[in-house]
Amino acid sequence: MKHRMMLMACLLLAGMASSRVATAQDTIKVGVLHSLSGTMAISETTLKDTILMMIDEQNKKGGLLGKKLQAVVVDPASDWPLFAEKAAQLLEKDKVAVVFGCWTSVSRKSVLPVFEKDNGLLFYPVQYEGEESSKNVIYTGAAPNQQAIPAVDYLMKEVGVKRWVLEGTDYVYPRTTNKILEAYLLAKGVKAEDITINYTPFGHSDWQTRVAAIKKFGSAGKKTAVVSTINGDANVPFYKELGNQKISAEDIPVVAFSVGEEELSGLDTKPLVGHLAAWNYFESLSTPANKAFIDQWHTFIKKPKRTTNDPMEAHYIGFNLWVKAVQKAGTTDVEKVLAALPGLETPNLTGGIARMLPNHHITKPVYIGEVKADGQFNVVWKSTGTVPGDAWSDYLPASKDIDADWVTLKCGNYNKVTKKCSGQNYK
Amino acid sequence: MKLLPSGGRRLFVLLLALWGVGTVHAQSSNDTSFLSMLGDLREATYSDKEDIVERLSQTGHPSVRLVLTAFLEDRLYFRNGDQKVFFVKSAEAEPLNLIDPLSLKDAGSAPEDSLTKIGTNNGLRRALRTTLAHFGLSSPDAAARLDAVRDMLRSLDDATVALLREQIGVETNSRVKKEIAKGLALAALDGSDTKERLDAVATLSQSVSQDARNRLALLLDKSPEGNFVEGDEKVRRAAATAVATIDQWRTFYSGIETLFFGLSLGSVLVLIAIGLAITFGVMGVINMAHGELMMLGAYTTYVVQVAMPGHIGVSILAAIPSAFIVAGLTGVLLERTIIRFLYGRPLETLLATFGVSLILQQCVRSIFSALNRSVVTPEWMSGSLQLNDALAITYNRLYIVIFTLIVFAIILVVLKRTRIGLDIRAVSQNRAMAKAMGIRTEWVDAMTFGLGSGIAGVAGVALSQLTNVGPNLGQSYIIDSFMVVVFGGVGNLWGALIGGMLMGIVNKLLEPYSGAVLAKIFVLVALILFIQIRPRGLFPQTGRSAEDK
Repeated sequence: MKHRMMLMACLLLAGMASSRVATAQDTIKVGVLHSLSGTMAISETTLKDTILMMIDEQNKKGGLLGKKLQAVVVDPASDWPLFAEKAAQLLEKDKVAVVFGCWTSVSRKSVLPVFEKDNGLLFYPVQYEGEESSKNVIYTGAAPNQQAIPAVDYLMKEVGVKRWVLEGTDYVYPRTTNKILEAYLLAKGVKAEDITINYTPFGHSDWQTRVAAIKKFGSAGKKTAVVSTINGDANVPFYKELGNQKISAEDIPVVAFSVGEEELSGLDTKPLVGHLAAWNYFESLSTPANKAFIDQWHTFIKKPKRTTNDPMEAHYIGFNLWVKAVQKAGTTDVEKVLAALPGLETPNLTGGIARMLPNHHITKPVYIGEVKADGQFNVVWKSTGTVPGDAWSDYLPASKDIDADWVTLKCGNYNKVTKKCSGQNYK
Repeated sequence: MKLLPSGGRRLFVLLLALWGVGTVHAQSSNDTSFLSMLGDLREATYSDKEDIVERLSQTGHPSVRLVLTAFLEDRLYFRNGDQKVFFVKSAEAEPLNLIDPLSLKDAGSAPEDSLTKIGTNNGLRRALRTTLAHFGLSSPDAAARLDAVRDMLRSLDDATVALLREQIGVETNSRVKKEIAKGLALAALDGSDTKERLDAVATLSQSVSQDARNRLALLLDKSPEGNFVEGDEKVRRAAATAVATIDQWRTFYSGIETLFFGLSLGSVLVLIAIGLAITFGVMGVINMAHGELMMLGAYTTYVVQVAMPGHIGVSILAAIPSAFIVAGLTGVLLERTIIRFLYGRPLETLLATFGVSLILQQCVRSIFSALNRSVVTPEWMSGSLQLNDALAITYNRLYIVIFTLIVFAIILVVLKRTRIGLDIRAVSQNRAMAKAMGIRTEWVDAMTFGLGSGIAGVAGVALSQLTNVGPNLGQSYIIDSFMVVVFGGVGNLWGALIGGMLMGIVNKLLEPYSGAVLAKIFVLVALILFIQIRPRGLFPQTGRSAEDK
């Protein structure tokens, strides 16, 4: 009896394996590495759906290289080490051609060694702190010079801000971004006593003391603004407390880098009106391409009120770039796709072209919007043309001589002074 | 009139008529320029719009106030078909009811997509508010006048100062008067008359506002060469004393503010801990699902609010009993189906209730989705009570302090003055004896657990006003609530009250110096050390009943 069971199990396994081989020949596998449970599920589930929608669309157009695209969705459950495990599973077991995934910088740092070891290809769609350029990662979100620096410039030049509060959640993205911003502001002649930096834990909800301190800092007679890298749902009580302590956007504007349409849809936007956000995409920008994308999204997700946001556009751009690269290379082989990517162009949703740069970042337009009562943004400033993403910040002493170039230098961390390639150096 | 001869009367009528024609004529040319300025708003950049607003206010057109108010409130549109500018009564109605900006009469209605909103930004809204403040001075409402004066103080030019000077003569409200006096004193500092300036410094030293202090401190500044910017030594000396006085008062008030922050954090801690003080303290059940019962209370608030659209203020009050019932019934169910089989086995209880907490979280995720739900704060709970220029207390925190004290008093009365309270105390002190006296201990257990859970639900209502209503709400508070109960002394309600308040105040006293992260760590370390010295907390249970536990 026992033997028979074993035999059956073996047969079953063999059958499964053979069917896998059969499908592998006429499909291309696309890995989706986004948390579908845990704290990050709120943001990342949307991105998984975006990629599924893009795959669906591509298959309707006849697939890619004559093959159908097939999504392999895994759930790393907002658990950073699990991200690495699931990435290894996608690359080594499922043999996916490309992975779209990650949100937090911690998760990206966690999967990085896996992608470099297995020579995989990751499209990372979220704005991040920079100071990185891996051969195996394509950064379709904003680098600091495509979001944080223009936002600070806007406040300095258009609003006349003289005093700065850099308020962030306590982890790598806010800490690095604030380091860059502080160096930038000091270089622009802002006095050290006019800058204050503070960090609070994830999910901080008692903002009374901090908001009172901001109010005090802002009442020194100079125009003050808050640059917020507060992440996740800690933003809700923060803005509520601002409203309750009667700090209006007209007095002390808050510019946020992590608050988008999706985050606003979960909260009461009345106390937020007038506060700012800097992104490379807003749902409220009316272009034919954006309108079509929003309609397509609503049809796909079957909820006419779901919002779109910036990382979704980054995935849209990333997916289109990958498709173009595969078509150009004629294969899904990672080396050949990576060689085909630099220089490729695809239109973004808000007008303008996203071009793949040799440092694995893309060109992006920058927009600054004010929150409206309906949870959408009123764009008050936009960059002239697009801004090329800079992997290594020019304002940090440690990284201003570093360059990333995967076309001529073949290096992600090249010191222009010592002419040495270190860190992510691949031959 | 009677005295006028008939010829004179005729002349007078004629003059009157002529004057009438003249004004009508002037009015119509004013109308034209008013309309063309409004038209310019359609395409202008934000800084151009500011200039146009300035010019609009100078026309003195009778409808300028209503039009600019509409502009400030995002109710100014132009029609895509003929580019005509209108404002609307309410931006929420569909279709929008148009109002003609000249005649202020109804101009029909139009669907929203046939109109384009003329947008504003922060700078423009600020300019609009300052412009409109000039109109607010004549408001019959003292609070509106006060707001108007405060808005005007933001940019003191000669015209504003003249207006304020006029207003102080007719102003009746003392607070408004004081604010105007402050404004005039600020303006007088720029004058040249020493006596007037000294008076101004004296007036400002009475105030505790930050702008008065900043302005006075400017008088003490030194130029880069080391000379004083202010030449007059008398004025300088007066200003130095005034700044010192204001600073002293401000330090005092910020101390009071910190104390209030501590009390409000403390009352949140107390609120989330009292329920646990009953289930953990009185019954000895380690209920890891306590946080999820609070989450249920918060979601109940959300559901009640959705069920009563348009009655946000009432829905919060209605949510309190609803949350008590929902969480209480869940608690009774939990006790009857799981916990009663595990009495006296704390480890198993801990694990089982932890499992229950995960189940409850997932239920909420399945029903309401993983996204946070937005609970609207009612009007009467937002904003702050401005006691003076240096001290304001936010309403939501104030209400929660009061609410905590009320809940605490009710529980105390229930436990000490009612039959069920007597039963609960009897069972917790000596189960066997209580049973022998004919008390249905099983029923009392269920009721006690239900009471504790219900209070957790009520705490959830309060939390929904402070933090995010999401599946993780409970997790972020469960540790804090255990800490309070252990610190206060297991089984002692007063311990929970004093312990919670103390922890809140210590936390808030430390926070400005150490930051939020370190303050929490310090409190935790201090608590661990405290428990080493007094293992039974602040108010240990004494007597024979305590020995059994």
